[in-house]
This record gives sequence, C-alpha cells and structure tokens, in this order.
Amino acid sequence: MPVFEAKDIYKKFDKTEVLKGVSFSIEEGEVLSIIGSSGSGKTTLLRCVNFLETPDLGQFYLRGNLLFDASDKKGISEKEIRQKRLHFGMVFQSFNLFPQYTAFDNICLAPMLLAKSRPDYKKNKAIIKDEIEHNAESLLKKVGLSDKMDNYPCQLSGGQQQRVAIARALALKPEILCFDEPTSALDPEITVEVLAVMKELAAEKMTMLVVTHEMGFAREVSDKVIFMDDGVIAESGTAEEIFGNPQTKRLREFLSVMK
Amino acid sequence: MSFYDVTLVLANGFIISLIIFVITLLIGIPLGLPIALCSMSKFAPLRYLSKTVVWIVRGVPLMLQIFIIYYVPGLLFGNPIFANIDRYIIDNFTISNSGGLSDMILKSMGGLCAVLIAFSINYACYFSEIYRGGIESISKGQYEAGQVLGMTKSQVFRKVILLQVIKRIVPPMSNEIITLIKDTALANCITIPEIIMQAKNLAASKQIIWPLFYSGVFYLLFVGLLTILLGRLEKKLDYFRS
Repeated sequence: MPVFEAKDIYKKFDKTEVLKGVSFSIEEGEVLSIIGSSGSGKTTLLRCVNFLETPDLGQFYLRGNLLFDASDKKGISEKEIRQKRLHFGMVFQSFNLFPQYTAFDNICLAPMLLAKSRPDYKKNKAIIKDEIEHNAESLLKKVGLSDKMDNYPCQLSGGQQQRVAIARALALKPEILCFDEPTSALDPEITVEVLAVMKELAAEKMTMLVVTHEMGFAREVSDKVIFMDDGVIAESGTAEEIFGNPQTKRLREFLSVMK
Repeated sequence: MSFYDVTLVLANGFIISLIIFVITLLIGIPLGLPIALCSMSKFAPLRYLSKTVVWIVRGVPLMLQIFIIYYVPGLLFGNPIFANIDRYIIDNFTISNSGGLSDMILKSMGGLCAVLIAFSINYACYFSEIYRGGIESISKGQYEAGQVLGMTKSQVFRKVILLQVIKRIVPPMSNEIITLIKDTALANCITIPEIIMQAKNLAASKQIIWPLFYSGVFYLLFVGLLTILLGRLEKKLDYFRS
C-alpha cells in the first residue's frame, strides 16, 4: 500500500487553473521527483500536500486512510490542518530559517512548542527537553554542521542554511519529507553539499517528494519521476524510463533544454 | 531672575513635558497594535474604518486635535468633561499658588487629560502604520515555515515574527519618539504649564526672552539621551539579520 496517495487534485488561482486533475502515489522509502518547467504546477502540488494551499477538488490518502477531501463541505479546522501537516516535512527553496535563532534553536523551536501540548510535559519537562536537544545535535551532525550549532542563519552560507532547514524539518520526524526546489537558490558548487545530504536521506530510505530542476539528481536518486506539464502529469515512470526513454514530445523537449 | 531660578522653573515645566511624553508612549505603543491589526483585517468594514481613522488623525494638525478633544464634549454634547475634572479638583484639593509641581499638575488636570487623550490617539495611529509596515515586510516564507512545523498562528507570530518586526520598527519608532518629546510643546495651546508655557510666562511676567531659548537645551539634552538609548536597543538587535 502506498504511504501517500493524491487523487484528482484540482487547484485554481482566480481564473488560472494550475492543477487539472493530478494523481500520484508514493511508496514507503521511495524518492519521487517532480520535474517540469516553471508554471507547470509542480510547486503548487507540493504546497497542496503540505496544506499551504487547499485543493479545490481531490483527496489525499495516508496509508490508505483518507487524510483530506476537498469535497468535505464541513471544511477542516486549523487544528486539524496542523495535525495533518505533521505527517509531512517541508524544505523551501528560500530556506526560511528563523533569523533570530541559532541553527540549534531553529531545530529545537517547533519540537519544544509541540512538546508543551503533551499531557506529560510538566512532569517530564527536563527529560523531554533533553531528548529534543539531543535529537537536534544528532541531526546537525547528520547534515555535517555540528560546528555551526551556535551560528545564526546570517552567519551561514546558503548551502549550510539549507542543510539546517533539512535538519529542522527532520526534527519533527515526518513520514514524508517534501523539497521545493531545494537547490535553486544556491550556487552550483554549493548545490552539491545539499544534494549529498538528500542522497544520504534517500539511502536511509526516507520517503521523499522532491520538486527539482536538478536532472542529474532526479535521475540518480529517484525511484519514480513525474513530469508535469500545464497542470497535469504528462508522463511518469521510473527514473530510467523518464530519462532514458521519454515517450512524449513535451518531455523530450524539456529534457533537451535542461541538459 | 537668576539663571538658577529660571532653570528651576523650566525644569518643573519639563517634568510636565516628560509626563505627557511617558504616558503617551505607555498608551500609544500598545494601542497602535490593535489599530494596525484592524488596518490589516480581512473584514473590509473594519479595515476601512481603521484606515479612515488613521487618515483623519494623521491628516489633521495635532494642535487642532487637542482643541477638538478639549472643547467638543462641552460644545457638542453639553458635557464639558475636562472643565468638570478641573472643578472636581478645585472642590476636593487644596491648591496653593506657589508654583510647585504638584499644584501645577492639579490645577491643569482637566487640560492634561485632554492632551493625553489627543496625544495617545495621535501617536497610536502613527505607530500603527509603522507596525503595519513592519509586519507586512516580513516574508510570507517565515509564516509558512512556522506553519509547516506545526506551530499555531499565534505561536508563529510570537516566536518567529514579532522579534523580526521589532527589529525593523526600532529605527522608525525612534524617529517618532524623538518627535513626540518636541510635540509636547503643543500642549501649551490649552495652557498646560509645560516648559514652553513656563518660558512664555517668564517672558510675559519678567520681561525676559532668554528662558524661551534656554528651554531648547532641555529638549536637546533629552533627545541626546534618547538617541543613545534607542541606538543601544538597535545595536542589541544587531545580532541577527532578516
């Protein structure tokens, strides 16, 4: 059973239809890359998955259970959205680290706030805090930034900031980690260090949904690739199929431009 | 009149200026926030109401606003609140004519209240626009990053947005705060015995003009102090960039 499934997602902004019936699924431990030209709707799709946008139509399923249904007339409360979001982590193109916190505190902030709503928080305050801080330390180590723990975002390079952002997303132990063009704001030479972290996560069988322009990465790391064009999935398949044997003219054109 | 005596009279006046300054800030700084939030409200009528109020308050001279607050309750509604305050004070307190600070304050209590209301509303409106600009200048990404980490809207505001906004508004707020101490001189239009009023009184009664110019030194020194303090605050927030 797929860990996550999107069914017939539609999304309109004013009169522009950005998503016109997008369906896909992702298996546990898989890396699914979404490629396509700007304006094809891939970022919007990812933002829908993270509840940053609400689809007009369609459903999301998590491990076979309905997570979200756009036709649900009751609507869905802030609190529910907050809980559902926690299944997903999100890494943004522009990092969006909190500038007033150190790398370490960026990672600890959300887990600490969430812990406060735990019923046993008062009783086990010290233990919980310890756990969160310990976890943050090991995440920073994992992304290779143990020595930058006390640095503020403005003291870090773009690549370092993005690695902190990845650690911050991992701190909440999401089931699926989403990346929205994580290297697009970076210099090519710095891109490598972020991609290396992502490859490591893929090797550890982290389920990942990656919107990317890095064709090399998509080809090397992805289990499945979706090519989006004009709000629909124009082609999908394994990395080998998409890059080795593209079926549609649009994809062939796109790939030849991206080379 | 000796230099020392004049200094004493002016210092008393400046204390009244400072009282207006401090109370205006104590009311205006928090009051600006709900006005800013209304100006950004998704509910259109509230937004228009708030923007209209801000437009009027920023569009009319503060001196005129003092007159309006002071006289309109009596003229329009037959309820001269501030004159009533004065009457109440006269009936219930013994006021000497010695020119002592507390006597001066008591004697002008009604007018002082009117001035404080006018100043607080006026400055709250200016502050609200600074807050609004500050809040709107924070990138959407900061809110979204907080949201995807499962924070509530209020947590995002308090833990992520607020300090960034404060950092951005310190310089424009410093400007307004420095303007405020000088604006307190407007209170003399309804004879509040602040420092300029005191200097003018000396000019009238003792035929000396130099205290009026001397009063500028008080403002100057205080603004110098403010500049140092606000500069320190700005520096303190220098540890991060956003």
